[in-house]
Amino acid sequence: MSIHPIMQKLAAKLERTDIPAFAPGDTVRVQVKIREGEKERLQAFEGIVIACRKGPQGSFTVRKMSFGQGVERIFPYNSKVVDKVEKIRSYEVRRAKLFYLRGLRGKAARLREVERRAS
Amino acid sequence: MSVQGILGKKVGMTQMFDEKGDVHPITVLKAGPCVITQLKTLAKDGYDAAQIGYVDFVKASKVNKAMTGHFAKSNVPPVRILKEVPLEAPATGENGEQAEGVKAGDRILVDIFADDKFVDIIGTSKGRGFAGVIRRHGFGGGPKSHGHMFQVQGSIGASSFPSRVFPGQRMPGHMGHDQVTVRNLRIRGIDLDDNLLLVEGAVPGPRDGYVLISKAKAPPRERRGFGGSGTIDPLKASKKASAKKK
Repeated sequence: MSIHPIMQKLAAKLERTDIPAFAPGDTVRVQVKIREGEKERLQAFEGIVIACRKGPQGSFTVRKMSFGQGVERIFPYNSKVVDKVEKIRSYEVRRAKLFYLRGLRGKAARLREVERRAS
Repeated sequence: MSVQGILGKKVGMTQMFDEKGDVHPITVLKAGPCVITQLKTLAKDGYDAAQIGYVDFVKASKVNKAMTGHFAKSNVPPVRILKEVPLEAPATGENGEQAEGVKAGDRILVDIFADDKFVDIIGTSKGRGFAGVIRRHGFGGGPKSHGHMFQVQGSIGASSFPSRVFPGQRMPGHMGHDQVTVRNLRIRGIDLDDNLLLVEGAVPGPRDGYVLISKAKAPPRERRGFGGSGTIDPLKASKKASAKKK
């Protein structure tokens, strides 16, 4: 089903434009806003992007290893919790969803680094 | 006098983040533009109301002569649907002072809700056809194994006494395509360029279904958190601030 032109226009209006382009296989550092009582601070969540969902309600999943334990966080693109996203490096991947990384540990979970041009 | 409602069309649903970062489900409505096709007056019709029509493309051949005359009277383009909405008495209309009011042929835009926080919406729910009791009334259904009788309602009453089925027994039948009113949907945005009204929550009916949007009849009482997450009770806020100083 195609998207209604009005919805498309509205989605474009609500969309965030300050997040750089990145793709599955990129390592990103997401600055997450954390509220502690009255104060707000930033916390970095650094890991590999293993999935992206496009569209007006899109989100991306970041996976990292934290003390030998795999941790994944899903961020909506338009979320106010996401303060900033920095792309750190890119790896060569041949699929859009890297869920196979979940079953791999250590050396097996390595990927080959590539220079990816910003598209 | 101002018009209390407007006709709209459901466009679709999406989601929106507020200042706090919470996400809200949003229904997008194309509200208007509408025209007043006729004014009902107390003197002539026994009540005050405005008949409004949703401006939409209608083929000339689809409008019959009676309606053509009706539209020509107030000099408006032919519209597909008409609805009557009440008129609000003018706020400053005292002793004979005639407020400028509305007249037939006036356009109504979504900006009538500019000062409102909540709306009521009347729509026609999606038709479900002839539905069974499980779908229609939420019955539990039969066992899924042991000789299986899945989607049945079971007994509808006792036998020789009373020898009849009591009125009101819930049974299969036509479901949906009813008029449904949803009250107090919070307005999340108004777009005057595209005549859009964004309300929080679901609206009855399919996409492209016509709905009547009116100002909330009984909006929630003003209290803490009334105007969204931004509202803070000044009394409590000052108490909190003074407590922190100590």
